[in-house]
Amino acid sequence: MSMFNVFSIAGSALTAQSQRLNVVASNLANADSATSSTGQPYRAKQVVFSAVPLQAAGATGVKVTSVIEDPSPMKQVYDPKNPLADSKGYVSMPNVNVVEEMVNMISASRSYQTNVDMMNTAKTLLLKTLALGQ
Amino acid sequence: MSSVNNFFEDALNLRAHRQQMLASNIANADTPNYKAVDVDFASVLKGAQSARGVLPMDTSASAHIKGHAGGPLNAAEMYRVPSQASIDGNTVDTNVEMAQFTDNAIHYQAVLSFLNAEVQMRKSAIQGQ
Repeated sequence: MSMFNVFSIAGSALTAQSQRLNVVASNLANADSATSSTGQPYRAKQVVFSAVPLQAAGATGVKVTSVIEDPSPMKQVYDPKNPLADSKGYVSMPNVNVVEEMVNMISASRSYQTNVDMMNTAKTLLLKTLALGQ
Repeated sequence: MSSVNNFFEDALNLRAHRQQMLASNIANADTPNYKAVDVDFASVLKGAQSARGVLPMDTSASAHIKGHAGGPLNAAEMYRVPSQASIDGNTVDTNVEMAQFTDNAIHYQAVLSFLNAEVQMRKSAIQGQ
């Protein structure tokens, strides 16, 4: 039954998109964390999606293969009163771009909704197939 | 009578298979380098119909080449031609895919209702009332 595969495909996409949403949430929450458990400022994280073939022929799901750290330089903020300031009075702040993260969040939630819609359609079709001949 | 049923069976299987392909496309709307795929429904259904009655070739060892026995699941995947290529190599246009997904769902329901009518007709023939 190919129609059941729609559930596993959309399910894999839901997992991937919600992981993306989690990463965005942690980036936004730590947009001002000048220090972390490593002693370094927080680095923005991004998910990497890749297509994975499922067991059935022609079915391709999606998976988060890795979470990478944004290599762009830290924001330098002049704040000599801060205990973390260097000798010139600059503090390294996280390289989180709040606007980019908001856009990423909206994109993830739209994709999530589309996949939920897809699951609902597949459910309707399967229920109608079950009622065949009645 | 059974040829009518075979036709509906092929059409339903192919619609379900296509639904799965379109679901893969939508699920991978944000995956870099993913290429959207689809099938040419009319030609694949025609191919499956003409392959009916052709028996598959028997093989006695795993290295033997299998005969091509037709059937909807041998549907050839074709890549979609993107209208606006994106810079990460992804060719999924969510609007197009959603439109095709809905279209395919409605056609699936249409085939189901034809099949239902067929069943009702047989029922009334059996009951003879």
